[in-house]
Amino acid sequence: MSDEDMMDDEAGGGVVKKFLYVNRKAPYGTIYALESLEVVLIGAAFDQDVSLAFIDDGVYQLTKGQQTDGIGMKNFSPTYRALEMYDVEKLYVDQDSLTARGLNAEDLIVPVEVLNTTQMAELMETQDVVFSF
Amino acid sequence: MLLHTVNKSPFERHSLQSCLRFAQAGSSILLLEDGIYAAIQGTQFQPLLQEALNDKKVYALLPDLQARGLPSEKIIEGITLVDYGDFVDLVASHSATQAWL
Repeated sequence: MSDEDMMDDEAGGGVVKKFLYVNRKAPYGTIYALESLEVVLIGAAFDQDVSLAFIDDGVYQLTKGQQTDGIGMKNFSPTYRALEMYDVEKLYVDQDSLTARGLNAEDLIVPVEVLNTTQMAELMETQDVVFSF
Repeated sequence: MLLHTVNKSPFERHSLQSCLRFAQAGSSILLLEDGIYAAIQGTQFQPLLQEALNDKKVYALLPDLQARGLPSEKIIEGITLVDYGDFVDLVASHSATQAWL
């Protein structure tokens, strides 16, 4: 979508597209997780239908108890709890990725919907735009 | 249907396996950059690719094969070789693109 399309949509109160942000990287080791969050927050300003998916090491972004003082980086995990205020409420986590890492939904800092492979595949196919991180 | 792209070697990353787990029947998968190493015959990933070819289309970007000195005869049968123009057509002809980075 071009900037112009975005402006038109906004001005007309118009087209709402389904945006999926797919997160597959652990936080802190690379910049992907933080960048994804930044783009989600920018996208939220355009009143689109936003969903977030957490797959593979992406599930580590949501774990409770992150303390980053020792590595000199910002702990951005509380931001996932603030997404609700931006009307970003659809967070989906891959069951197999959790299981493979010995995690379950109670280990995560925010309420999520846990999906099996088929459900996640269907979620992806229904999107207008997929952002991969 | 979605176009899935994989640009990482399957020997180094898990991207291809994740892609194949979530890609639905009828969708397309484009291997490019280091992702093309999965398209070669005789690797441990060949059975995975052949299974995918049963109900999905698999493409590999020829310039990336050539750059890495991989002859097109070594590509798994059923995988379609494409150029950059075809890449654009693939993106345009699918509902959205999912990049498995």
